[in-house]
Amino acid sequence: MGQTVIEKILARNIGARSVKPGDIITVNVDRVMLDDIMIPFIVDKFHEMGFAKVWDPDKVVLIYDHLVPASQQDDTRHYRVGDAFVEECGLVHVHRSDGICHQLMTEAGYVKPGDVVFGTDSHTTTYGCVGAFSTGIGYTEMAAILGTGSLWIKVPETIKVVIDGSLPDGVMSKDVILRLIGDLGADGATYRALEFCGSAIGQMSVASRMAMANMAIEAGAKCAVFTPDEKTAEYCEIPLNEFQRGLTGDPDARYLKTLSYRADDFVPVMACPSQVDNIREVQELEGIRIDQVFIGSCTNGRLEDLQAAAKVLEGKQVAPFVKLIVTPASRKVYEQALACGALQALARAGAIITHPGCGLCCGRAGGILCDGERVVATNNRNFLGRMGTSKVEIYLASPATAAACAAAGKIATAPCWKG
Amino acid sequence: MEQFTGRVWTLGDDIDTDIIIPTEYLAMKTIEEMKQYAFSPLRPGLAAQIGQGDIIVAGKNFGCGSSREQAPEVVKALGVRCVVAKSFARIFFRNAINNGLLLIEQQDLQDDIEEGEAVTVTVNQDVEYKGRRYPIASLPDNLVEVINAGGLVKAMRKRNGLDL
Amino acid sequence: MGMTIAEKIIARAAGVSQVKAGDIHTVKLDRMMSNDGTTHLTVDMYKNKLKNPRIADAGKIVFIVDHNVPSDSPKTAASQKKMRDFAKGHQIDFWEGKGVCHQIMMEHYVCPGELIFGADSHTCTYGALGAFGTGVGCTDLLYGMVTGSSWVLVPETVKFQLTGKLPRGVYPRDLMLTIIGEIGANGVNYQVMEFCGDGAKTLSVNDRMVLCNLAVEAGAKTAIFEADEIAMEYVKARGREPKAVFQSDPDAVYAREYTFDLSKIQPVAAKPDFVDAVVPAHEVCGVRIDEAFLGSCNNGRIDDLRVGAAIVKGRKVASHVRFLVVPASQEVYLQAMEEGLIQAFMESGAIVMNPNCSVCWGSCQGVVGENEVLISTGTRNFKGRAGHPSSKVYLGSAATVAASAVKGEICTADRL
Repeated sequence: MGQTVIEKILARNIGARSVKPGDIITVNVDRVMLDDIMIPFIVDKFHEMGFAKVWDPDKVVLIYDHLVPASQQDDTRHYRVGDAFVEECGLVHVHRSDGICHQLMTEAGYVKPGDVVFGTDSHTTTYGCVGAFSTGIGYTEMAAILGTGSLWIKVPETIKVVIDGSLPDGVMSKDVILRLIGDLGADGATYRALEFCGSAIGQMSVASRMAMANMAIEAGAKCAVFTPDEKTAEYCEIPLNEFQRGLTGDPDARYLKTLSYRADDFVPVMACPSQVDNIREVQELEGIRIDQVFIGSCTNGRLEDLQAAAKVLEGKQVAPFVKLIVTPASRKVYEQALACGALQALARAGAIITHPGCGLCCGRAGGILCDGERVVATNNRNFLGRMGTSKVEIYLASPATAAACAAAGKIATAPCWKG
Repeated sequence: MEQFTGRVWTLGDDIDTDIIIPTEYLAMKTIEEMKQYAFSPLRPGLAAQIGQGDIIVAGKNFGCGSSREQAPEVVKALGVRCVVAKSFARIFFRNAINNGLLLIEQQDLQDDIEEGEAVTVTVNQDVEYKGRRYPIASLPDNLVEVINAGGLVKAMRKRNGLDL
Repeated sequence: MGMTIAEKIIARAAGVSQVKAGDIHTVKLDRMMSNDGTTHLTVDMYKNKLKNPRIADAGKIVFIVDHNVPSDSPKTAASQKKMRDFAKGHQIDFWEGKGVCHQIMMEHYVCPGELIFGADSHTCTYGALGAFGTGVGCTDLLYGMVTGSSWVLVPETVKFQLTGKLPRGVYPRDLMLTIIGEIGANGVNYQVMEFCGDGAKTLSVNDRMVLCNLAVEAGAKTAIFEADEIAMEYVKARGREPKAVFQSDPDAVYAREYTFDLSKIQPVAAKPDFVDAVVPAHEVCGVRIDEAFLGSCNNGRIDDLRVGAAIVKGRKVASHVRFLVVPASQEVYLQAMEEGLIQAFMESGAIVMNPNCSVCWGSCQGVVGENEVLISTGTRNFKGRAGHPSSKVYLGSAATVAASAVKGEICTADRL
């Protein structure tokens, strides 16, 4: 019987020839990610459980991103607790202001194809972009992993998504994943794995795949995975070994279902307030006045996203009385965007460019809104109250669409979209 | 068979973790400080009204969104005895079990029930409301183990030779 | 009788030929500035306290959102929205996220000889261009907005004769902190600091802004330089014309005179919690820090970023230190990108934020926590200014701040 990609990763991890959906297995964890919001809780539970040392300090990555820069007096307590834990357990991989955790985990080489990774944040699904199994957990389970190096999981069923063809100009991978979430529903993939394949996927950059893996959780998915290819190898700066090259779904693998799309059929879309699966075509929404635009987050704060926005805004100005906030996903992205001039183009257009971090997406600072305001944002959630009060309307879109909206001061399609 | 009765608070579909506890309050030092803000984006007064032993009955995809374990913790800290929903998001489900908050999947109850009414839960068997019995499934063995140990922290303490 | 520059500006604005210290005059205001610290209160008063209110001349008013950018709470967002809507409704110039108000005013509005009210204490900055800028409360500002005029008690002027030239590695900020240390935090209460002498000619407009900006920390109503060729070049380069160019008369009356020899100034620092607790910077070297801040209307200009970038280039910020670098305006930011300064800061591990007030007033960006120590180029080191009441703030030059960020403790650039 054939195996899906996720089944292959999990079977290899536990040294079994195969696993099947529903099996409860205990995996050996290759890497964990701890973030600044959760670190005090993780440390408390770790001590409460009676652990004295971390199973393997090299496998632990601690990242400060939600609370950088500190917006409240107590925020720095999280840094202090984290720093003390680093000292106590001899942790070596620590990032205090380098960007968003999910960007850094693959960008800095902590996650490789075929790895099994957990993080204390739901968007840990992102690392499927390089062909890893990764998912979010709570702080109690993280504390248990830190002590034992293992965790039980139920092998998920896999939903296969095949996308063939080429995406039209002005359509980004964000439009693809939004459409998919709309089709599946916000709980359509709960407990399941998403496996992406097809020629359009092969053409996508790893960054584009990241946006999709990142948002898989918004359909409830446990994880999402892309077959590692040459692009993955280049991105990860490693040659792929036989196991990694073999991470494709077998023709006779069991899939819960298969969804097939023609890439050419995709159009720019938005998730309308206040559900991620409330998807509509941008064209239908044109003209709705907006107050702010946010380009950033672990979904869409990467170089190609900033470049797409800069291309739209080059030589233009953000509409009067509208704010454009740009928060690059990482220090490296910021530096690359500076080197290629994208950041300058955005700044000249009037963008407010902040230091890399979670920024507005996590709703603690970075451009919070008030009653009656409307924002177009490139992040992953438009939940009620996510960016201010429950009377703030959040529309999720691709960076190209978001930039077009900033220039127009209202919902608009990117000029490169010819519809 | 464990059985209890509680007053019901009803909520809709897709009650996400940002509704259960907004990010703004996540960096507070204790769950006790946080719990007053539970459900505030949706129903600002609700946290103050929920009492010990109450039961939340909700629609599908309860707890979707972030991995914040503060979400099940605040619900438990408010005194909620269990949450009955059409379905639960995965991470929330694990986090709740690990903290000893009972979650029950039931497809029909939310459609029928009125807020403020009482239901009687018989664990692993059914929920009774106005004489009608709504069947519920048993929990998988591995989860029962965690719950029987008193949550994951206690299970780990035992493993580390602390609470024998 | 002769008059000082400040007196001449007030006389012009009052439409009289002569004023003297102690007189009260009704003056026409040339310009008014209000930021998001208080504008929502002004707007509330306008709407709720006045009968049939109208704006006298919207062209003279500038609204600038700079204190909480990007906003950190629905409350902040609501007050900024109030300000934005009012500006939109009354055709008032509106800036948001483009920099600290005083920097924007200098880059785009201030002209020599103008009398300017700003609802912010550091409005005294505009004296760098020979304008009379002073901070007022929102009631005064509202009166000005509706009537176009206000009243002024003519302040005495204190002369600061500057001689010589600052040594290498010593900055205008060291000079001004030294002056404040010497005369005290109330040394020139309700007086005007007039800077003159050969030493003044060695200072650029940006340098002069550093001096004028901090004048309020010595209690001054404002500070002023003569609008000389250096000032005129700055104004002309930005396509503006002076309102009036004044010099102090030889027989003008001064309350006091001080002389400062610039060549004798050394790097200094102000210790917590007072701006006049000034000591030689080497005396505080070794104090462990948690955060360093390079920015603000006092010290976030291109010159300051150049100094800071030169120090961090090729070095790393100490691992336990958060080093926030915040350009004073979008113009400064773009220039710093062009010169490779932002790159140098990013490579060193600094946190580079969008132009705004940031750490200087400790509201929502780089807030310092319990018992933490900050070294800052901000304007004030009052208790709790940058965060928790138990935190400590040291003030130093851009050079000292950057060197300290690298070292992880207070350190002067020459000792790094």
